[in-house]
Amino acid sequence: MTTHPGLAVRASALVKKFGDHRAVDGIDLEVHRGEVFGVLGPNGAGKTTMLRMLATLLHIDEGRAGIFGHDVRTEPHAVRRLLGVTGQYASVDENLTATENLWLFARLQGLGRTEARTRGAELLEQFDLTEAASKPISAFSGGMRRRLDLAASLLTRPPLIFLDEPTTGLDPRTRGQMWDTIRDLVRTGCTVLLTTQYLDEADQLADRIAVIDRGRKVAEGTADELKSSVGQSTLQLQLADAADLPVVADEARRLVREEAVLTPEARRVNVPLTRTDQAVDVLVALRDRGIAIESVTVQKPSLDEVFLALTGHDTHDTHDTEDPQDGAANRGADLPDPQMEDAR
Amino acid sequence: MSTLTVTDPADVDTDRVGVAETLTQTMTLAWRATMKMRRSMEVMFDVTIQPLVFTGMFAYIFGGAISGDVQSYLPLIIPGLIGQTVLTACVATGVQLRTDMDTGVFDRFKVLPISRLAPLAGPMVADLLRYFIASVLTFAVGIAIGYRPGGGVLGVAGAVLLAMLAGWSLAWIFTLFGIVGRNAQGVQAISLLVMFPLTFLSNAFVPTDTMPEPLQTFAELNPVSLVITALRDLANDGAVTAGVGWALLGCTVIIAVFAPLSVRAFNRRM
Repeated sequence: MTTHPGLAVRASALVKKFGDHRAVDGIDLEVHRGEVFGVLGPNGAGKTTMLRMLATLLHIDEGRAGIFGHDVRTEPHAVRRLLGVTGQYASVDENLTATENLWLFARLQGLGRTEARTRGAELLEQFDLTEAASKPISAFSGGMRRRLDLAASLLTRPPLIFLDEPTTGLDPRTRGQMWDTIRDLVRTGCTVLLTTQYLDEADQLADRIAVIDRGRKVAEGTADELKSSVGQSTLQLQLADAADLPVVADEARRLVREEAVLTPEARRVNVPLTRTDQAVDVLVALRDRGIAIESVTVQKPSLDEVFLALTGHDTHDTHDTEDPQDGAANRGADLPDPQMEDAR
Repeated sequence: MSTLTVTDPADVDTDRVGVAETLTQTMTLAWRATMKMRRSMEVMFDVTIQPLVFTGMFAYIFGGAISGDVQSYLPLIIPGLIGQTVLTACVATGVQLRTDMDTGVFDRFKVLPISRLAPLAGPMVADLLRYFIASVLTFAVGIAIGYRPGGGVLGVAGAVLLAMLAGWSLAWIFTLFGIVGRNAQGVQAISLLVMFPLTFLSNAFVPTDTMPEPLQTFAELNPVSLVITALRDLANDGAVTAGVGWALLGCTVIIAVFAPLSVRAFNRRM
């Protein structure tokens, strides 16, 4: 046993092949106890496949992985005792009520009858599901299902939780609630490994982030480190007259020492900013020079931009190497911008 | 959230699943299966409507032709129909397992630290209830149309018990199909392909002595025939005959072959 007991997750050179396609292609990962580690990447990047390997759901083709020092391949049973898994795949029983589901999973994991009942009630209360406790799951909203799913993973208070795209497909309000729930979870001392397609989600929740692309890890660091690698944000301007665009480019070079991106057909210009407040300097300078502006937005970098900066291609390109395991989350693929995604 | 604290990884019991735990888990999953039955009664049609309709139908259609009259056909056909209905109910076991394995909840079973046998054994234990209903209903309809089992209450009770045991044994065949099948339709198709010869190339509806030689040999060795002969001995004569012994042996052989195959195939997919 060479895996480190001080780490919650340690994986080295993990590989998963589906035929010729290397869905996970030599990923190293170290998750410390008590941290929230985010795995960020587009659909088909291999996030879910990696998580399934770590959760004993998929065979590890090459490399090795340990959970709290237990080898995933040789001690799957020990690993399962330490893990709670919630996500796109691990689910609840449609034919049972919320109470019955929690009872089922509690009993399966060795809780006594009384303990199973009280623990179930406790979790329903905590996840705000008490009112829906005896309703059929088919009457549940997406958010309620995710909460029940998470509750079912917490029955034995596992020290490590895997969350596979916990908010994909949820509306903004429900997503916010889910984030709060995850934060509460971390406060109890739980280690969390989560995958997501949204930079803002990783930003909100994760202490450290690994960016995965085409089965490989392309970057790792805190959210701030990742974002500063692409510039903090972008000033987007639409001008009244396309002829003024070169003036904006000049001012950008002078004030923020960045090269502006011009789109003359749309009378648009994007100015990369290292600090958001530089937007004011640019706008004041443009007013002084009498340039008419139709609209102004300051945007944080999107996952697309982080990706472009890190990999040299945007998230859409990865579709060619679609990971069959990530199929369920395809809906989000064409709209990597989190704000747009929220509207769904 | 204050009530929640996390288990220390060092405190987690990492032993394999013991026999007592496996039993609890099997019974818990059997409970889940019965809840499913209660919520969707249509899965019970094959063990309720079918015995009600088939028993009368077969008795009146074939009775005169095969045994001269309906009354003398009943001791032959009633145990035969029980064998046939229980076998049909087994097909559903495999199809339901496949459907279940395709849902997300099965993924959760896989990541739980539970016995790899329990998700298979649980539904099969619950299915004992289906075999019970099927055999009791068939006897009831038979008695209603004039069947008088010579074995009395004890003989009939013995036959019902044997039918349940036989169902549980035969179900392992279809459980294997359920595990290896690509989808529910595929499992259904192959199960029917196996079920029909097992049903009709048996002594369920007719005496085997009119069949041509090779078919007769198959029909006599067919475990379904062995079970039906034993059911007749128990229900009609109240006798624990050598036939009962052969039936039990047949069931044992099926379990010995198909249970390990099923568990192995299942573990490969778990």
